[in-house]
Amino acid sequence: MDLDTLAQQFLNALQLGSLYALVALGYTMVYGVLLLINFAHGDIFMFGAFIGVFGAFVLGLPFLPTLLLSMIITALLGITIEKVAYKPLRHASRLSAVITALGVGLLLENGMLALTGADPRRYPDNFFAASVTIGDTTLELSVRIVIIAVALILFLCLYYIVQRTKWGMAMRAISYDKFAVPLMGVSQDRIITLTFVLGAGLAAAAGILWGVAFTASLSPYMGLRVGWKAFIAAVVGGIGDIRGAALGGLLLGFVEIFVVALGSPIGISSSYRDLVGFALLLVILVVRPTGLFGVARRQKL
Amino acid sequence: MPLLKTENVTHFFGGLKAVSDFNLRIEPGELVGLIGPNGAGKTTVFNLVTGAYRATEGRIIFDDQDIVGLPPHQINKMGISRTFQTIRLWNEMTVLDNIKVAQHGHIQYDLKDIFLQLPRYRNQEQAIEAQAMKMLKLFNLADHAQQPARNLPYGQQRRVEIVRALAANPKLLLLDEPAAGMNPQEIEELMVFIQRIRSELGVTIWLIEHQMRLVMNICERITVLDFGETIAEGGPDDIQRNTKVIEAYLGVEDEEIS
Repeated sequence: MDLDTLAQQFLNALQLGSLYALVALGYTMVYGVLLLINFAHGDIFMFGAFIGVFGAFVLGLPFLPTLLLSMIITALLGITIEKVAYKPLRHASRLSAVITALGVGLLLENGMLALTGADPRRYPDNFFAASVTIGDTTLELSVRIVIIAVALILFLCLYYIVQRTKWGMAMRAISYDKFAVPLMGVSQDRIITLTFVLGAGLAAAAGILWGVAFTASLSPYMGLRVGWKAFIAAVVGGIGDIRGAALGGLLLGFVEIFVVALGSPIGISSSYRDLVGFALLLVILVVRPTGLFGVARRQKL
Repeated sequence: MPLLKTENVTHFFGGLKAVSDFNLRIEPGELVGLIGPNGAGKTTVFNLVTGAYRATEGRIIFDDQDIVGLPPHQINKMGISRTFQTIRLWNEMTVLDNIKVAQHGHIQYDLKDIFLQLPRYRNQEQAIEAQAMKMLKLFNLADHAQQPARNLPYGQQRRVEIVRALAANPKLLLLDEPAAGMNPQEIEELMVFIQRIRSELGVTIWLIEHQMRLVMNICERITVLDFGETIAEGGPDDIQRNTKVIEAYLGVEDEEIS
């Protein structure tokens, strides 16, 4: 492999990885706050991508406004799911909540299928203007670099909120000891709502970017594979930790791209991509069962 | 007007009556104790007053308002703050962040203020940080502000937990076995610490404790619970002489009186 190909593959991996990371963040945040694995999250990602289709075709919006619109509407969807489906089960067994999450996922997938049909969708050709004109010079922008940059900016915003604001601090506190948090004057409902807003917003952004990166791939079932992979990325990173989710996502992106890039010359078919990728991640979990950033939770009596 | 008044507060866990007709008045500025053998329902009373549990029957009047049924964060905002029997600090967070979370109810800004870095956000964050540091300094914990809470020695973690409860600026502070696991020297310091809180911050204090030396030395009034029933109430001298109290303690095997 020459240097140029290597650089291209590196960008591919970074792009794929940052998209996984954006979705993984939603899994990890909801788990941190509610100890719930939100299996509908992959479908929230799909919903975000389809709101993008709506924004681009029906409203004729360009890339950035579509992105914002989708993030807002999908965040509202996230809040609604939490209020309608999860909140009534807050004191039920965790199994009930997980099964409900799977049900919500099916509802979103099939609802979207009924609404839009099974044909794969794509964004309009001019949706993502890959060039900016400053004065007389026109700068060609690589789609991949823009995607990576947008993902990075979103991650940094999230990290700032979690580290430096009262809500982020309360989110972290809930993930360490839920019982004490309301007694210290923090409304748990508000923090949970915010968690879903942030998680769903990031998933929506990932959905739009996914459609820009891999054209002609928007289907109501697109959230299944991506959702599973992002979930695994979150687990590998150490579920409950947002740095872990970001790192796990990137790692998975790199493994997938480079298994194909390095494997095909030596006869490993690209269809083994997931097999090799997940085997590697399994090894990580065998060595570090709590994930890269995870801390074993001490069960309290 | 009493700061806190409970009227026939009763609580059931399933069919078990954990607290029965609990009546108490606490006046502003008092330092009151709640004692009783293990399992007597003391912590349950605290959980009822702070809203962690909802009383099955009875009224809890705080500052002239019935607080039964209010969510815990709202009760905390009204001025009741607490510590826990087993330390419940957020272990992986720094001591400073632990204190800052407890001030959550006192700050107001939204996402717009954060993203635009408006003064409303910056000033308030700075103000609570300054306030948290001031509290830590006041109780000689400022040196540990940036350490994860779990790194502190046990006695200091207990103190951080009290400071965290105070950070919400309460009128009434509930301490659930503050001396548990402390050595005599630490208990000595804790007694001074608790008295300072009352004299310097003017906070009314209600505490559960098994260490009789602490209770008898600093509490002005003591309530004794046994099997959810109030068996005695009065000053330290009355309680020490009360035959029912002595029976409750000595009548139970494996019960330690220190």
